[in-house]
Amino acid sequence: MTDMSIERPNVAVAGGETLLEVRNLTKYFPVHSAGVIRRVVGQVQAVDGVSFAVPRGGSLGLVGESGCGKSTTGRVITRLYDPTAGEMIFEGQDMAKLSKRQMLPLRKEVQMIFQDPYSSLNPRHTVGTIIGIPLRVHNVVPENKVLDRVRELLEVVGLNPEHYNRYPNEFSGGQRQRIGIARALALQPKLLVADEPVSALDVSIQAQVVNLLQDVQREFNIAFLFIAHDLSVVRHFCPEVAVMYLGKIVEIADRDALYNHAAHPYTQALLSAVPDVKQAAIGGRRERIRLTGDVPSPVDPPSGCRFRTRCSLAQDICARHEPPLMQIGPRHKVACHFAGDIGHHPAHPVTAPLYAEDDGRQPNEEGARLAEVSSEVGFGDRWLDLTTGAVVSGGRKVAGGGTGSGEDLSPRP
Amino acid sequence: MTIAANPGAMEFGRPAAADDPFLVVENLTVQFPTHDGLVQAVTDLSYTVRSGQTLGIVGESGSGKSVSSMAVLGLHNPRSTRLAGSIRVGGTEVIGADAHTLRGLRGNEVAMIFQDPLTALHPFYSVGKQIGEAARMHNDISKAEARRRAIEMLDRVGIPQAKNRVDDFPHQFSGGMRQRAMIAMALVNNPQLLIADEPTTALDVTVQAQILDLLQDLQKEYGSAIVMITHDLGVIAEVADDVLVMYGGRAVETGSTKTILTLPEMPYTWGLLSSVPDISGDTSARLIPIPGTPPSLLNPPTGCAFHPRCRHVDKVPGDLCRSALPELGPTSQEGHLKRCHLINPDEIYLKEVLPEAAPELLDPETGELIPELREQIDEIQGEKP
Repeated sequence: MTDMSIERPNVAVAGGETLLEVRNLTKYFPVHSAGVIRRVVGQVQAVDGVSFAVPRGGSLGLVGESGCGKSTTGRVITRLYDPTAGEMIFEGQDMAKLSKRQMLPLRKEVQMIFQDPYSSLNPRHTVGTIIGIPLRVHNVVPENKVLDRVRELLEVVGLNPEHYNRYPNEFSGGQRQRIGIARALALQPKLLVADEPVSALDVSIQAQVVNLLQDVQREFNIAFLFIAHDLSVVRHFCPEVAVMYLGKIVEIADRDALYNHAAHPYTQALLSAVPDVKQAAIGGRRERIRLTGDVPSPVDPPSGCRFRTRCSLAQDICARHEPPLMQIGPRHKVACHFAGDIGHHPAHPVTAPLYAEDDGRQPNEEGARLAEVSSEVGFGDRWLDLTTGAVVSGGRKVAGGGTGSGEDLSPRP
Repeated sequence: MTIAANPGAMEFGRPAAADDPFLVVENLTVQFPTHDGLVQAVTDLSYTVRSGQTLGIVGESGSGKSVSSMAVLGLHNPRSTRLAGSIRVGGTEVIGADAHTLRGLRGNEVAMIFQDPLTALHPFYSVGKQIGEAARMHNDISKAEARRRAIEMLDRVGIPQAKNRVDDFPHQFSGGMRQRAMIAMALVNNPQLLIADEPTTALDVTVQAQILDLLQDLQKEYGSAIVMITHDLGVIAEVADDVLVMYGGRAVETGSTKTILTLPEMPYTWGLLSSVPDISGDTSARLIPIPGTPPSLLNPPTGCAFHPRCRHVDKVPGDLCRSALPELGPTSQEGHLKRCHLINPDEIYLKEVLPEAAPELLDPETGELIPELREQIDEIQGEKP
């Protein structure tokens, strides 16, 4: 309790105010039939109701397997794609509803770093032109000052400022990624969407670029949406991490909670699959959870919980109900009916009170309280304590939960 | 007489035993003449792999790890490549072998798994046909039999409903399934040597774990030798028995996986180990990158190729690092070789590198090594010759 009251303001200071709030963001791509008429025969549900917040100057990590929608999320936020539904509130303005023209001034604030430094730079432009284009498009500096600014930017990212008239092919992969970063920094954005910024680079160069990104974040107070599939890099860079699976966020938490107390079986499987060099050095090797099969098609995702087809815990309820994203700790939310520490998953769904009517019972108080902890975007000050099964507030029990055993939330006959 | 007839066995350091290594690479040098000069892709590389063992080759792009393994399959165009040295696969010399010999070897005794399955598979032919082709090439079997084999292999590598998927085209497979199909193709003739060139780099961690497990299971079953090329030390830690670290076209450190990961003696290996963030490490610490960029193979640096990026050059007297190429010499442990001038690498590693790179392996109060690591190191150092 005391711990909490000390810690929470700290979190607020570290995280600061919210810069970007995303609510129920959805992006469907239509699937057309073959032939002349090309009717829409289905929807690829690339991103399906994703909500999160990025604090000013902070960073949120987005991890998941390929095809889970993490890159699409990044591209929707930069409005490279138009969202199908949902809100993206950036400094009080909903970017999802702006027209192209209204969007223009905001594009300065939200910039992107791409994965592949070989295809994201125009090979026929000099580095000076590449970095200068955003400055010219947005008219932020007079034409005769563009070159000076380009040199400055090259210096910021650790390249020789006199190399502005070279072409991208004269640079190595790591240096090209630095050029991409300089271009993204040119307009002094408030939010940088970094889509796998280091995965195309050599291991020895990755660390250089990660350090550079941390430096520019600190120096210019830039918020990062850091999209990557490398869980170790994300852990190093982001105090808060969201795990996506098939278009949905299945778990979102601060670094410690996610990496030490992952409650979703998918997160646990992902973490167990990461090879650990230092563990090997001291002779240990973690037990690996084998996920079988492939990610199902996003055109026709499974009913209920989308992970159930590969989940070892799945029961009937997982096919019937989609688990809500429930808060289970001060900064920890998970979408699973059987959320729990690895090896300690409850035998009965923790979400059962929400579905009281399934058993012909009236919706009850417990259900209402559970619904409450699973409704907000961001984190509230009430959550479901998985060990006692009670809804608590800042470490204090609010009501319900009975004697404090996890069984209490299971349906009674 | 026997000695004269088989000089290679004598040159190779260890005494010839009943289980001779299946793959012997000796003093391999690969050079590509270009307009700008001679690209020295691989210089004087030697290694061996026994049946049933896995050798991991680590290095960054341009370190020569892929070039050297392509040479094992004789995949370099002889007109634009200068090859020297010797590569023996199960006793057959590959360098200078004619096309017929090579064709008999490829896909039969030696198979390769490429990094990017989408470009390595032919988009025009069904997966089953491509797997069957490899079988028909080396065995006198009917098309129906080849198809049956393809289905069997697809099933073996864990493709669900292999019977229905055998006629699918590569684009109908997901990334992980394509990589499995490539493995099936490589394994259809039951090769004794499998070269896997970054087989999991394009894949997600969960699929990577599946593929690595699969390779290990298949190795147990067939007793093949595996050469695993990767830049990911995590993968090495999972699967390899021995490790070969390459830099600038040369081997810079080799030894058992445990030794290399616990007590590496070459600063480049230190750099590789400390530049990767750890899944359980301290997040407030900065990553320690290797400064600079990989060396040019057109004009390799003088002396030790790593000296422009090495933090420990000053510890070697007489500017030796800049002037003289170190030999791949013995260390304090048997079977562990390093190419470095440093005299007391273990001490530097434990006193300077480890506290910076992996503070969690040290006791926070006393600064001593944690007992688990101490135990490992004692065990390794106990293997003194």
